[in-house]
Amino acid sequence: MTQSAAATSATRAVGGALERLPPPTSLLLVAGAAGLLVGSLRSEVFAQLTVQGLALGAVYGSLALALVLVYRATRVVNFAQGELAMATTYIAYQLIKWGLSYWEAFFATLAIAFVLGTVLELALVRPVQHRSVIAAVIVTVGLFILIDGVVNWIWGGDFKYMPTPFGTKTYHLGGVSIARLYPGMLGVVLVSVVLVWALFRFTKLGLGMRAAALRPAESALVGVRVDWMLAIGWGLAAVLGAVAGLMAEPSQFFLDPTLMQPILVYAFAAAVLGGLESPAGAVVGGLAIGVSLNLVVQYVHPITSELQTPFAFAVLLAVLLLKPSGLFGHREVRRV
Amino acid sequence: MTALLELEDVEARYGPVHALHGISLAVDEGSVVAVLGPNGAGKTTTLRAISGTVRRSGRIQFGGRALHRLGPDGVARLGIAHVPEGRGTFSELTVWENLRLGAYTRRGSVQSELERVFTYFPWLSERRRQQAGTLSGGEQQMLALARAFVHRPRLLLLDEPSLGLAPVLVAELFRIVRDLNETEGLTVLVVEQNAHLALQAADAGYVLEAGRVALSGTTADLKADDSVRRSYLGY
Repeated sequence: MTQSAAATSATRAVGGALERLPPPTSLLLVAGAAGLLVGSLRSEVFAQLTVQGLALGAVYGSLALALVLVYRATRVVNFAQGELAMATTYIAYQLIKWGLSYWEAFFATLAIAFVLGTVLELALVRPVQHRSVIAAVIVTVGLFILIDGVVNWIWGGDFKYMPTPFGTKTYHLGGVSIARLYPGMLGVVLVSVVLVWALFRFTKLGLGMRAAALRPAESALVGVRVDWMLAIGWGLAAVLGAVAGLMAEPSQFFLDPTLMQPILVYAFAAAVLGGLESPAGAVVGGLAIGVSLNLVVQYVHPITSELQTPFAFAVLLAVLLLKPSGLFGHREVRRV
Repeated sequence: MTALLELEDVEARYGPVHALHGISLAVDEGSVVAVLGPNGAGKTTTLRAISGTVRRSGRIQFGGRALHRLGPDGVARLGIAHVPEGRGTFSELTVWENLRLGAYTRRGSVQSELERVFTYFPWLSERRRQQAGTLSGGEQQMLALARAFVHRPRLLLLDEPSLGLAPVLVAELFRIVRDLNETEGLTVLVVEQNAHLALQAADAGYVLEAGRVALSGTTADLKADDSVRRSYLGY
């Protein structure tokens, strides 16, 4: 496909995605974006919190997307996704200690994460999944504990410090000052998400992976190696998780084994808010959770930063009770 | 003529239930062979045993290669396209993506394959961006067939293609299958309830009963057979 054809087709896909959304959701998204814009123009604090919230939200969205990819491919909710992301961040830390530059370590870590995710699926999840999905979910809970233990055993539980990926520069826009870190985080996460989306949308491998996730039996009939596709899906999810971990670390300013634990809760809330089946929903859900957590803590009186995680859980619960299919979930169009 | 596909004493089971009790059949290269029989005779299971979507034992040879140890994706890569009963269309994907999946085992550009298929199904070309699930039942059956052709199979397995289709569409479908057989030498093994149609399109046939081959022969032989006439043709 030529570049311009790919671009046209990408634009059409985005336009089509907006059209396909249920009207209340697209209205809600437009209203939310407009509210953020107006608020940011009127208040500098609001603007700073919004940018910071979007950056953190992108991290939640990236981990949420990893959860959604795994869920779509294997129907397993991977409770270890956050800990896996944390462990890969430690791998980056170690690589930097061994003398790699930050960005060398970044890309090397993504490659390692891919292998790690694939191997975990093949070695631990595949053997039990044929029995029941619940067994596989319990294996991921075990993995959570295992990874946590191994990381503590190798690196200890004390704070580690990594070099900052984006420097310490601060931008000034009118009266609003924004650390370069936040647009940097947002940019890195969004580029990774777009690359993964393009892989799924425009390549033969991506088509095979979507087909294998949707209809494994029929996919095998046309020659798709379903088992490989599912393992690759876990690998890609681990890569997105690694991006989330690597971008979460600078926002916390240090690395410790609990890095991803609150973020896993936010990512679950984001994935459920978007609809567990929807990759775009996970990313938008992540951004929404990130921004609203930041704004609610500042502006809603009794909610302080201690209540952030419970607030995310309340969102998750509310979505499950009121609209279980999430914002982007839709009934399947099918004619018999 | 040599047999492209040979089954020898093939058994298959679903859990404890025996579905095939030792089926033997042969499909010559370039021929259309029909499998007839009442419900539950093992017609669908025979196709599934070939494509590897059911546990089977016995000997299955395809173009000199043994199939019985391969899974469905391995069988597909050898050049066998299976259009299952109920079509197996990817309803969530677009028409174009469905067709692209048909050519999944082919390397390089598939544009020429698609153009070739569009000559048989011209309407598919205009609807390539449509979600396959929004097509009508007949259109989905045509799409499933088109997807199998993009694969450029050496052998096409067709399961109940007429199921739930309007008679006009069924005739159209069989005309296309026959056309492909004559112009491109496509070998076809078709399971069909409608014996009239099947015997019209086929060169040879097998009648299955309770997981065994009850009768076989050329279509002329079968049409002349009294029990076939009474049970399947109704005169």
